[in-house]
Amino acid sequence: MQDFAAAFGLAFRLIASAEAALAEIVLLSLQVSLAAVVVACAVGLPGGAALAVLRFRGRAAAAVTVNTLMGLPPVVVGLMVYLALSNAGPLGVLQLLYTPTAMIVAQTILVAPIVAALTRQVVEEMHREYDEQLRSLGVGRFATIATLLWDGRYALLTVALAGFGRAIAEVGAVIIVGGNIDHVTRVMTTAIALETSKGDLGLALALGLILLAIALTVNGLVMALRTTARASAYG
Amino acid sequence: MDAMRPASILPVETRGLVFETDGRRLIDGVDLVLAHGPVTAIAGPNGAGKSLLLRLIHGLIPPTAGRVLWAGHPLDDAVRRRQAMVFQRPVLLRRSALANITYVLKQRGVRRTPARHQAQQALSLAGLGHLAGAPARVLSGGEQQRLAVARAMALTPDVLFLDEPTASLDPASTLAVEQLVRKARATGTKVVLVTHDLGQAQRLADEVILLHRGRIVEQGSADSFFARPQSPQGRAYVEGRIVL
Repeated sequence: MQDFAAAFGLAFRLIASAEAALAEIVLLSLQVSLAAVVVACAVGLPGGAALAVLRFRGRAAAAVTVNTLMGLPPVVVGLMVYLALSNAGPLGVLQLLYTPTAMIVAQTILVAPIVAALTRQVVEEMHREYDEQLRSLGVGRFATIATLLWDGRYALLTVALAGFGRAIAEVGAVIIVGGNIDHVTRVMTTAIALETSKGDLGLALALGLILLAIALTVNGLVMALRTTARASAYG
Repeated sequence: MDAMRPASILPVETRGLVFETDGRRLIDGVDLVLAHGPVTAIAGPNGAGKSLLLRLIHGLIPPTAGRVLWAGHPLDDAVRRRQAMVFQRPVLLRRSALANITYVLKQRGVRRTPARHQAQQALSLAGLGHLAGAPARVLSGGEQQRLAVARAMALTPDVLFLDEPTASLDPASTLAVEQLVRKARATGTKVVLVTHDLGQAQRLADEVILLHRGRIVEQGSADSFFARPQSPQGRAYVEGRIVL
């Protein structure tokens, strides 16, 4: 029990002193996950909206596939990206394995289906309401998608935040493709895994607390966004 | 741009228009001609097929059989862009009142600055000038419907379809919407109005089409329709008896 208390004490001291090693890990985590979310949104927002609006053969199958991909196990994604990026893999020449870029790729693959599936739900619901009006105005398919994405901006921001929550908390994929290399690819989750197995609970706890704080912030933002959206009836 | 515009997309004509769904014939062989000028009211009880007929003419849904011809031609994008429709429940974008109008103008290729200017004018015309920056969806029901009509009018359509635009509004809001409709008519827009409100048809319409179970049972000038309805359903409607 004393160890536990000591670990907490150390954790708070580490956070309070904003120690360089800790800051580096936190920053890299944020960089990797934010980049992954940006790329995932660039693909998932228009992709999900297109699934909601366009009528094409295989649309139902595509929707089921995207929904299924939402639950991709991170370790499996890590493994696939590892195979693709390893020296023997098809993308081996890029020499990306064990770099932050590889981690961004893996997290993008994890987050994009979440963004796409949730976007499809949001946009489909709005499209039911807007469809006749937009067709009456002669708005084309792609302009319709753009319109719905803009009008759903509050709901879609929470979608992006959900994707970020998934990325920042994920360990399985980044540890495989990043390798948890100190000063290079060590992020919060992989550091927690390592430090816990080494018995260095202080650092692990400090990182865990920061991760929790980030999760709290993200959820707080979601709540604030919903409230703002409701106030202006934009939700 | 106006130089490119053909004289008129009117008259619009339906020939043997039929719409069936689930084996039920909801529009049953409607032939009508809507010419430039008079305000046409499509009247009739609930379920007569009034809204459906409006959607078929506007081109929102394809007919099961029959045709809709605009000045002799089937609907195309150019013709679509010269019509506008206001729905019973206004569909307002999740944007400000002003942005709701600039949106439709930009969709028509109007540039940002003139679009803002025209939108502001359209809002003022509807008495909503002071609400330009307000989120459209927090406006009252009456204001929302006026905004929807103002938005449609901002497009200066040749034809304006109104589907029971005042069905859920109080008398003051109804009056405001009706005043807007008169303004639209005054600018040369052909107004086609669906209503089951006898008073509204009397106040606004120059011409009445009475629809009953998917068929036209009577069509004529408002004056003669209200003075001497020819069909049993027309007489019942004008006398305020319940039409079944």
